[in-house]
Formats: sequence, structure tokens, C-alpha cells
Amino acid sequence: MLAGIGIIETALAEQTLPSVKVGSKKFTENVILSEITTLLINHGEIPAIHRKQLGSTRVLWSALLNGNIDIYPEYTGTIINEILAERGLAGEIEEALSQRGIQMSKTLGFSNTYAIGMKAETARRLGIARISDLRNFPDLKFGFTHEFMNRKDGWSGLRKYYNLSQLEVLELDHDIAYRGIESDTIQVTDIYSTDADIDYYSLVILKDDLHYFPDYHAVLLYRTEFANRWPNALRAMLQLEGHISESEMIKMNAQAKIKKIPENQIASQFLAKEFGIHPKIHIETITDRLLLRTREHLFLVAISLTGAIILSIPLGILSFKRKKIGQIVLSIVGIIQTIPSLALLVFMIPFLGVGSQPAILALFLYSLLPIVRNTYTGLSNIRPEIRETAQALGLPSLPRLWLVELPLASRSILAGIKTSAVINVGTATLGALIGAGGYGQPILAGIRLDDMGLILQGAIPAALLALLVQGFFDLAERYFVPKGLRISQNP
Amino acid sequence: MQILNSVFEVKGISKIYDSTQALSCVDLSVPSEQTTVVIGPSGCGKSTLLRLMIGLARPDTGKIYFEGTEITPMNALLLRRRMGYVTQTGGLFPHLTARKNVILMANYLGWEKTLIEKRLLTLAELTQFPKDGLQRFPAQLSGGQQQRVALMRALMLNPDALLLDEPMGALDPITRYDLQNDLKGIFHKLRKSVVLVTHNIEEAKFFGNQMVLMQAGRIIQQGTIHEFIETPADPFVTRFIKTHRGPLEIQKGGDA
Ligand SMILES: Nc1ncnc2c1ncn2[C@@H]1O[C@H](COP(=O)(O)OP(=O)(O)O)[C@@H](O)[C@H]1O
Ligand SMILES: [Mg+2]
Repeated sequence: MLAGIGIIETALAEQTLPSVKVGSKKFTENVILSEITTLLINHGEIPAIHRKQLGSTRVLWSALLNGNIDIYPEYTGTIINEILAERGLAGEIEEALSQRGIQMSKTLGFSNTYAIGMKAETARRLGIARISDLRNFPDLKFGFTHEFMNRKDGWSGLRKYYNLSQLEVLELDHDIAYRGIESDTIQVTDIYSTDADIDYYSLVILKDDLHYFPDYHAVLLYRTEFANRWPNALRAMLQLEGHISESEMIKMNAQAKIKKIPENQIASQFLAKEFGIHPKIHIETITDRLLLRTREHLFLVAISLTGAIILSIPLGILSFKRKKIGQIVLSIVGIIQTIPSLALLVFMIPFLGVGSQPAILALFLYSLLPIVRNTYTGLSNIRPEIRETAQALGLPSLPRLWLVELPLASRSILAGIKTSAVINVGTATLGALIGAGGYGQPILAGIRLDDMGLILQGAIPAALLALLVQGFFDLAERYFVPKGLRISQNP
Repeated sequence: MQILNSVFEVKGISKIYDSTQALSCVDLSVPSEQTTVVIGPSGCGKSTLLRLMIGLARPDTGKIYFEGTEITPMNALLLRRRMGYVTQTGGLFPHLTARKNVILMANYLGWEKTLIEKRLLTLAELTQFPKDGLQRFPAQLSGGQQQRVALMRALMLNPDALLLDEPMGALDPITRYDLQNDLKGIFHKLRKSVVLVTHNIEEAKFFGNQMVLMQAGRIIQQGTIHEFIETPADPFVTRFIKTHRGPLEIQKGGDA
């Protein structure tokens, strides 16, 4: 109980303490840039926190717009083609951005353009050096990231521009795509020009001979409101302009991805070398990380599940007592359940921003159905003779529910709660995608860094927690299901 | 005169379920402090009649009076506490011990503990229910014992009327025989108004001063067994009371 209160207190503290919030996309370079930015601001004695790997452009941009984060690193090409184009804003980038209360730094010093890459060996063998050459090989399998598949300056544009005829195009995660290339399941993928994996996997970048891809200068996007409120932080942060060279960036990416050096260490080394400052960084041990993730995960699960129980049992009772309302209630919670979890999470962002709140709401919504349905069926399965006898005794409907019907449905209700809890523990790992932390965080980082150990640091505790929850409910049955029901099987 | 001495007055009630006419225009006067037996083939509406009398369902037409008060949805809850109801398999709450089943209502109404215990012991004695069985759950009791607990529960608040819907219908012959004897003794001792439903003519003869014969949702005849035999209202009455084969008849059949 005390632990529970502690968790809530820390979470609240994090919400209320004024600090600069830096976000990052879910790829390594972006995480490193945000880490550097955060440390630099922190160094000026201004509290700043880094919300790591929140998701893709869409998530970060809306988080920035609604003030969930103050700053994140972006690329000019993405701003022009993806963010502004979608909103039909023309004219100067700065002006278009400032209309939305957003400002942009100068380039940080390097350009990370989208590029098309393949294994050097395959390219040599087939004699492919330019994107145009791909036209002669319609059988090559392409594997592109979700983002590249869906953005205007991505695959659909590229295909038209270069008149490519590939039919077989897989849509996969950036880091998975590299493994696909490695195993020859796919031959061509989209890559970032500063990506450390280019060397690591011995890839070549195909020449953009028709100049399709625009420049992708790295910049920092930040809220005007932030600039006004924290001028010192802004000044500190803008020191980065023009200070990161392409080779520097490639080196840092390689350190993270290949040497598995923690991002905050890479960032602090960079700051030491470039600005002669030595920010204090906290080197996380496995235990630190595990404790933190466990706390975050339990926080998500405990709040959403408690809320779901409090709402679902009355909803199940209502559904049982009023069949017409019941049908509506059951179909609504049923429909919620069919929304893919990722979609539901992302759907929450415009309303609740990023972080634990939207994750808790999504988990809460997911936990409703099993409990509502099991409360309803538990009550419906009580033999009519028993229900009538309770009525015939002259018990009013509330005590009837409390003394007879709910105890008889208890086994079913508890089973529903158990199902919800187990689903909840599993789904909560997705919360990391929108910055809610939890066991999903090491899993995401592990996928990003191709680090199986890190993935397991999230996956194993998540699985153990699910087992623990199951065990807990098996024990709880002894307390909540009346003894008489455990003797006889049919209520 | 008859009205003053009746516990239930059933006036022209009909009840339709979907397409089934469970009861059509039933009139019945249930005398006080006597056992009235309702008999008839299964599906003729006996249970429906009982459920209407205890207010578990509303008649489509007609009215039912209990001790002079019309039963309405508003007062049904309170009136029911003056009636005891036992169904075919007892309807005991499986999550409660025999004891808790019996005292549930008294507890709810806030009776004093000592009063509850005293009443419980009186009832256990009356129904000849073993005291050590009181701590058991229904699943740990035999069918006959379950019915005795159900009877104790129905009697706990000392109701004026007892409504029993085939209370021995699910018992084996020996248990049934014993329970029939005990029940008859109890009814005699308590002098309660009892309505007992059965489809067994022998059981009806054994219990009933007053018999009500039903068929297809109607009352065919009401009276004593002698009136049924001597002045049957309908050929069905004669047929129904002759359905029973005595031991002699079986012997005769064997001889032929
Ligand atoms: N709740 C109900 N819904 C629909 N039909 C019912 C219901 N209860 C009883 N009936 C029908 O009403 C008729 C009388 O039933 P019932 O009173 O149980 O007869 P009995 O007790 O004499 O066997 C039967 O045809 C039965 O199918
Ligand atoms: Mg019946």
C-alpha cells in the first residue's frame, strides 16, 4: 500500500515540477540529439527531462503542438514534406511554423537525408549504383519503414519519380529491415545517411541520380512559449547550431548502436569535447532500470485496472438488470476491444498528449470488456430458481444483489478481472511507445539498438509479472469466492 | 363468511407467456389454516399460479388478494415476508451454509442474535434436521435434508401462509415417504394456511382437505377427494384420479 502511494507521488511530482521537456523519436540519432540538448540545458541549472523514443514524426509533432514536450530534433525535409505539406501551409517554413507557435533552430551542422541502400556485395554483383538502376531489377524485394511507406516524400513519390515497378514491398521497422537485408529476405531498404548500420551491415547508398530526396538538415523544433519562458535554456541549447558534423554524428550513432554505449554517456563525451563542459550524468545500473521500469509498469497497470474494476462491475450489473441498455453497453466495450492497441494509444495523443495519462486511459478502456462481460454472464448464469427464491424471501433488490447474486457471480467476476489484469500487463508494454515508460521501454530500446539483452530486460519481467498476477488471482479466489461455491461447481 | 376465512382470494386471473396461455380466468379461494392441494398434469399452470400468488409475476388480468390486501408490485415485497415459499429443489443459496440460508432474512431484518438462535433450534427440531448439519453447505446435504432446510428458511419469519411447489418432486421414494409424513405432522402442528402443488394424486389425497384440480391453465374442480369421486365436474376429473395404480392393481395385472 505504501509502495503504491509512493509510486503515485513520484508520478505526480514528475507532472507538476516545472521543467523543460525534450522529446525524441524512436531512432538512435534522435535520442542522442535530445540527450545532448537535455544535458546542455541541464548544465545551465535549468531542470530539463528527456522523454525518450516517443514514436514517429506524427506523435512528436502533436506532442510539441499541445505542449507535452517543448523541444525535439527534426529534419528540414521532414518539416517541409511531411509536417507542413500535410497541413497545406505554403510559404516560408519559419513563418508557417510560427503560426503554430513553433520555432526552428539553424542547422545543427549535418544533413541526414533519406537514402536508398542495399548490401554492397549484392549491388556490386548486379551492377547497381544508382536508384535508376533498380528499374532493371523488378524482382528485388524492397523493405521500407512504416514512416517511409506512408510519407509524401517516401516510397509512393519515389516510385513515381523514378518509375519503379517493384510489386513486392514489405513494410517493417527500421531496425528489423537491417536484419532482413542481412538475411537476404529483402534486398533494398530506406536508410538514413548518418546511420551507423551502413558500415556495420556493409551497405551502400544508391546515388539519387535524379535528385528526388530533399535535404534533411538536422534542426531543433521548439515552442515559442518555451523560448519566452526559458530564455537561458534557449541560449544554451542554440549553442548546438552548426556544431555537429556529419562524421561526428555517424560516430556517435555507431557508439550507441554497435558499441552499446548508453546515450547519455555519448552525449556527455560530445559536450566535453565540443564545449568543454562536463555534465553530471546518472549511469543507470540494471537494478536501477529494473526498479524504475517496474514502478512505471505497476503504476500503469494498477491505476487502469482499478479504474476498470470500479466501472465494469456496475456496468455488468446494469447490463444484467436492464437487458436493452446491457446490449448497448456490451457492444460498446466489445468494439473498444477490437481497436488495435497501438491505434488506440496514438489516438489518445491529441487529447491527452504523451506520457502515462493516455496510456492509462487506453489500458483502462481495454480492461473493461472482460470484467463487464464476466459480471454479466456470472449473474445471468445464476439459476432462475435461486434468483426467484431470493426475491420470494422478500429481500429488496440491493441486498439481494449484495447477499446473493454477487457472491454467486464472484467466481466469474474474478476470472474476468484476472483476464483483464493479464491483458493489461502485456499491453502496458506498448505504453513506452508514447512515453509512459514501463517494461516496454527496454524492449523498444533493445529493438532500436539491436540488443537482445536489453529486450529481455523488458520481456522477462513483463512475463514474470503476468505470471505473478495470475498466481495472485488464484490465491484471491480463496478469499473472494465463497467456500460453498468451491465445494459445488454450479451456482 | 367464506371470504373472511380465506387467506388468498384469486379473482379471474389470466397469464400469457409469449404464445402460451399459462392461466386463463382462474378463480380460487384458499381457506385459512388448512392444506389446499393443487394438482394437475405438468404444464397446466400450477407453478405459474403459485408465482402469481407470491407476487413474483403479475397477472395479465384479474386480481389476487392476500389476507384481504390486493397484491401489487408496490406491496409485494412486504407481503412476501408473510409467506413462505419452497420450490422443487429447494432453491438453497449454494454459497451459504444451511444455517445462514435459514437466518438470512432474520439477519437482514436485524433480529436479535439470541432470538435468531432460538428460532433456528426450534425449526431444526420441528423439521427433524440434524443440528450438526447446520454448518454444512447445500452441496454437502442430501436432497431430503436440503428440502428440510428450505422449509426451515420458509418458516423462519413465522409466515401466515406456506406455498410449496412440488417440494418432494425431486426426491427418491423412500426419502419422499418420510418427508411426506413429517410435513403432514408439521402442517397439523402449525395450523398454517398451506398451498401445496403436486402432480401426484396419491400425495394429494394424503395431504389435502381441499383439492384443486387444474388442466391447461384452468381450474376444473375444487373440493374434497370424495366430491371428486362422487360428483366429478368433468370426465377428466375421473380419469385423473384413476391414474394411480395401487399395489393390488399391479398384482391383478400380473395374474391376468
Ligand atoms: N417464464 C415462462 N416463460 C414462458 N413460458 C412459461 C414460463 N413459465 C411457464 N411457462 C409456460 O406456461 C405453462 C404453465 O407452466 P407451469 O406453471 O410451470 O406448469 P406446471 O407447474 O403446472 O407444470 C407451460 O406451458 C410453460 O411452458
Ligand atoms: Mg411446476
